[in-house]
Amino acid sequence: MTLTVDIERRLGAFRLKTAFEAGEGVTALFGRSGAGKTSIVNAIAGILRPDRGRIEINGDTVFDSERGIDVRTPRRRIGYVFQEGRLFPHLNVRQNLRYAGLFSRGTPPSEFAHVVELLGLKDLLDRRPGNLSGGEKQRVAIGRALLSRPRLLLLDEPLASLDAHRKGEVLQYIELMRDEIKVPIVYVSHSVEEVVRLADTVVLISAGEVSAVGAAEEVMGRSDLRASAFEGGAVIDAKVIEQDMQHDLATLAFDGGTLVVTNVDALIGEPVRVRIRARDVSIALKRPEAISIQNILAGTVREVGAERGGTVDVVIAVGGVLLRARVTQRAVDHLGLAPGLAVHALVKAVSLARAGSGSL
Amino acid sequence: MMLTAEECEILTLSMRVAVWAVLVSLPFAVAVAYALARLDFPGKTLFDATVHLPLVLPPVVVGYVLLLLLGKRGPVGSFLDEWFGVVVAFRWTGAALAAGIMGFPLMVRAIRLSFESIDRKLESAASTLGAGRVGVFLTVTLPLALPGIITGVLLSFARGLGEFGATITFVSNIPGETRTLPLAIYTLTQTPAGDAAALRLSLVAVLLSLVALYVSEVLVRRAARRVRGDDADGRH
Repeated sequence: MTLTVDIERRLGAFRLKTAFEAGEGVTALFGRSGAGKTSIVNAIAGILRPDRGRIEINGDTVFDSERGIDVRTPRRRIGYVFQEGRLFPHLNVRQNLRYAGLFSRGTPPSEFAHVVELLGLKDLLDRRPGNLSGGEKQRVAIGRALLSRPRLLLLDEPLASLDAHRKGEVLQYIELMRDEIKVPIVYVSHSVEEVVRLADTVVLISAGEVSAVGAAEEVMGRSDLRASAFEGGAVIDAKVIEQDMQHDLATLAFDGGTLVVTNVDALIGEPVRVRIRARDVSIALKRPEAISIQNILAGTVREVGAERGGTVDVVIAVGGVLLRARVTQRAVDHLGLAPGLAVHALVKAVSLARAGSGSL
Repeated sequence: MMLTAEECEILTLSMRVAVWAVLVSLPFAVAVAYALARLDFPGKTLFDATVHLPLVLPPVVVGYVLLLLLGKRGPVGSFLDEWFGVVVAFRWTGAALAAGIMGFPLMVRAIRLSFESIDRKLESAASTLGAGRVGVFLTVTLPLALPGIITGVLLSFARGLGEFGATITFVSNIPGETRTLPLAIYTLTQTPAGDAAALRLSLVAVLLSLVALYVSEVLVRRAARRVRGDDADGRH
């Protein structure tokens, strides 16, 4: 699947001018609120009409201002999960899920059952949207969009209106869906956690324009973008090799060593993605002893960044992975940090970004 | 209280007139309400004012205009008679027409309000699920406007039952044909010793209105609950 977007649209004083391409898997449109992310997905869905440009899905042109093509929303075959769910209040959950079937040849029973099973909707089928919790509503909305058999699924901040607990719950279902049903997804979010956990490709949007596109590891690891929306750090794909149930610890292997982390809800052999923030990494020239930090990785300084507000980001190559450490300029001078220097990276915290990354 | 055969006839006629008035005007009212709520077209203000005319004009004037247009020698009336053999003047169908026109603005107002209160985001959600314009209207807009439609139907029905001025001017006061409940009560009050009978019919009118109000209240409440998305039994 490929999605090509190259559009321009004026919305009052705001100007949207966006061009990017997205491939398989989850593409995150990431940026602050008000950056124009929702306008972009609305244009893809045909709800907002760009002034100029072109939108292609799998080589099928759904919008082209020059050739006068503007396929209407119902014919675009795009599933859309809105921020507020937008379930039909006059229909119960079952009818909401079957809604898309009204306008096509109906939903095959096996597919209906599969989606209901996947999203855990069985007990909700006879309820009405007014009596569902926020998380339940979003699960139904996701199911409803899936059952319209879309060739592309748009999720516009589907977790924005949920509390932290519900967020985690729905996020799990979204991950399941991503891995089970091979529908390409465009995921709009301003949350680093969600993007790092879900995305394969990240399109960074600021003030209506694309400021970076690339693999999640690259874009989310770029510390020069920290000013725009998020904190720099490294994203590492790893695999669980050992589970210590007694201490609630898991050992992850990655291309460069191992990490010991807590609270990993994954089986041995399962791929996971972790994120290590630059500010959680310290640097030592000698391997320290008698220290509480569990993860000490030997590596080589690859790059010393420019000073910004008294701190410097240092890139350390650990095996095939690049870690980032945020240290003070004084520490850089004091330790004589320079490319090629052998150092030890002390990792204070590792957050699990994504369980079940890649194919299962 | 048992009704006499004559009273029964009056009641049946009134019901027939009011029910037909509502049934025939409903689709037009929905269309006009939708146009006023959703579309922008030149002359919209004038159109809006025209629809509301029966609400502000003296009913007698409306009846007189109908008589001029649809009477046997009127331009529309003679055309209908010649080409289709349809005559409404001095017939119960004419009474229904007058009742429908007088109730029309009330119906349009109620339905328009509920169209305007619908969250249009639900309509765009429906279109992403494959619904075209007609599909969206039938499966989302119309069901969500149901409380307003029921209210509009009741208002127009009650207006039709009580319609007097336009009816008597347009189709006169013919027993068994155009003498509806209000016309019969009026006639009795003009008759010596008709007071008791007038009172009986007035009581019937009161009862009828109460029943209609009650039924519509129940229906509106149920529809509103549906539209809010609560369970049918009111569970939260």
